[in-house]
Amino acid sequence: MGKIEWAMWANEQALAAGLILLTGGIVGVAGQFRGWEFASYAIAAGFFVCMLEYPRSKRAKGTSVERTGQYCFTVCVKAFGPVTRNYYVRAFLHAALCVPGGFMLATVLGCVCLGIASLIYLAAAVRGEHWEPILPRKDTRKPVAESIKSPPQNPPPRPPPEIRRKQAKDVEGAAYDNPIAVTDE
Amino acid sequence: MANWIINNGFPAVMVVVWMTLNTFLFVWYYLYYDQDESFYYTRHLLGSALAWARAPAAVLNFNCMLILLPVCRNLLSLIRGSFVCCSRTMRKQLDQNLTFHKLVAYMIALMTAVHTVAHLLNLEWLNNSKLGLYDELSTALSRLEDERNETFLNPLQHIDADPQQRPTHFAFTSIAGLTGVLITLSLILIITSSMEVIRRSYFEVFWYTHHLFIVFFIGLVFHGYGRIVRSLQDEPLHNTTLCKDRPDDWGKVPECPIPQFAGKEPGTWKWVIGPMIIYVCERVLRFIRYMQAVQYRKIVMHPSKVLELQLRKKGFKMEVGQYVFLNCPSISQLEWHPFTMTSAPEEDFFSVHIRSAGDWTDKLIDVMQKLPEGEQGPKMGVDGPFGTASEDVFDYEVSMLVGAGIGVTPFASIMKSIWYKFKESDPKLRTRKIYFYWLCRETHAFEWFADLLQVLEKEMEERGLGDFLTYKLFLTGWDQGHTNQVIVHFDEDTDVVTGLKQKTHYGRPNWDKEFDQVRKENPASVVGTFLCGPAALAKVLEKKCAKYSDVDPRKTKFYFNKENF
Repeated sequence: MGKIEWAMWANEQALAAGLILLTGGIVGVAGQFRGWEFASYAIAAGFFVCMLEYPRSKRAKGTSVERTGQYCFTVCVKAFGPVTRNYYVRAFLHAALCVPGGFMLATVLGCVCLGIASLIYLAAAVRGEHWEPILPRKDTRKPVAESIKSPPQNPPPRPPPEIRRKQAKDVEGAAYDNPIAVTDE
Repeated sequence: MANWIINNGFPAVMVVVWMTLNTFLFVWYYLYYDQDESFYYTRHLLGSALAWARAPAAVLNFNCMLILLPVCRNLLSLIRGSFVCCSRTMRKQLDQNLTFHKLVAYMIALMTAVHTVAHLLNLEWLNNSKLGLYDELSTALSRLEDERNETFLNPLQHIDADPQQRPTHFAFTSIAGLTGVLITLSLILIITSSMEVIRRSYFEVFWYTHHLFIVFFIGLVFHGYGRIVRSLQDEPLHNTTLCKDRPDDWGKVPECPIPQFAGKEPGTWKWVIGPMIIYVCERVLRFIRYMQAVQYRKIVMHPSKVLELQLRKKGFKMEVGQYVFLNCPSISQLEWHPFTMTSAPEEDFFSVHIRSAGDWTDKLIDVMQKLPEGEQGPKMGVDGPFGTASEDVFDYEVSMLVGAGIGVTPFASIMKSIWYKFKESDPKLRTRKIYFYWLCRETHAFEWFADLLQVLEKEMEERGLGDFLTYKLFLTGWDQGHTNQVIVHFDEDTDVVTGLKQKTHYGRPNWDKEFDQVRKENPASVVGTFLCGPAALAKVLEKKCAKYSDVDPRKTKFYFNKENF
């Protein structure tokens, strides 16, 4: 598995974990479970993880596929600079975020999934990966080639005026020999 | 509309039948658990969450049974082969096995979510009942334990933990809870590693993680062994209507004996044992095929990092356009990768053209390049051949073959087979006309295929059969350099890029023009369209097939087939 960018899988896992944490939290709060404070924390943490993980990173090699509408998230995540760029930070962040989820059953699954995502991010960080924003490409126009300088200054060669007048009336008589060769020999 | 029915009718019917069965199971079991008298007391503790947990469980049983079947490729091959009547329509639909597998997987994920949420509610309410927070009846029911002459109803027994941790404690110590957590976790990992992004780029992660399904199925079978969903037993007769308001009198009054509860026998194994056995047979068959000896006849390195392997295996019989799975233990023990065969069945060997497209293929090309002249390559396991839509190409009077880039490989096999069949005047050949469209981005990839086309071109001219095969090559990645070349050589007889008589077209084909031409040249015919290429092109062609088809038998009908990889 040499070429794999672990961060891609960690990202999918973390997004799924965020959703599961969020769902577990909602169930805990809506059902007024014992320990609902942990559930409300899970809603906030789950939501935060989803926001953080939604924008996909640009791949080091190959084409990156964006998630629908991820551009605004990309801008927000990019604004935090090195904190969101570095995967060690993300790994420890997810590890820390997942701990309170372990204190009630509704959020335990989210906790474990986020923990796994944290481990995969750690693997990604160890391999030197980092998060790159996918930004829209600015198309640079190719610089105009050397041979195209300024438009021609002189009009194309035309026969002298009396021949031109003749051309209008008598086509055959208007034929003449060009002083400069115009055929491609 | 009629054309949609011709091309998509059967899969649509299958999906409708499947959804109907799912809905039926859900509603049936929901009503059973919500209304059956024997669950009266259970419902008192759990409310409707009981039915909400059991109904998805039934749907899960059904879908876990189905999910293993579409990936048993040997079984599917067998079924495909046995359809003698309606062969064309039936065989086409069995190609959509992977789509069905994914659909079933989504249903499993959804039902797991519903089931888990319902059980979260159940455990919380059982916990509260045990702590005596609800009415007298709930407290009395929860107090029943597995001692004296009693049987329990509330499975949260003897837990000495902090009340908030009791559900978690139960989840991780009971059979149902532990297996439940394990299989849900496996399912989540399987799903995240199967996302298209991961699957297309890092096949190995997808493949290895997917084997967590073994954990999933083992956990699934044992999930019900705790028998914690309990119903009121008939012996001794306990009348709920009379006795529900007098829990203090239970055991003291003759008409209200202490209620006895028991859980149902675990039933999931009955659903999944069949497919599990079939799948095990499938894997055993793959292993047997892997053990069979494969010899290398020739190894050729083509330009643009394309490797051609010509192999021989005893007893190997193939048909046009089929594919095989290759496994090279020296590169990876567990990975099997699919490759379409590029040789014709009439040859005494089979060949594959492998393009550099990831870890495994790169390593294979590397190993082959380092091999000294004339030596046998590393041990190779071959599973197959497996059939796809390409087999049907000779059944159509007129065929349109569209291959994009490396997707031309099944058609290489077909064209070679045509060449052989024509030489032998094979009566099985129903085809009178073939239109071949090859779309490619760059010129290098042409070279290994150009030889084949040159030979065909020559043969056809020699026999005066120029009409049989019309091919058009489209170079979609052209640039100024190409244009200059073409301008300079335009009046030459052969094409500057391929050396073939038919000129290369530049840019993408105008499909409306192409379909129109085919329709004009072949009125009252059934035309089969075959594509091996990207999904976007499939959508375009499918639309055109529908647009130019006519249900009227006197007019042309287009059928669309797609090979998926």
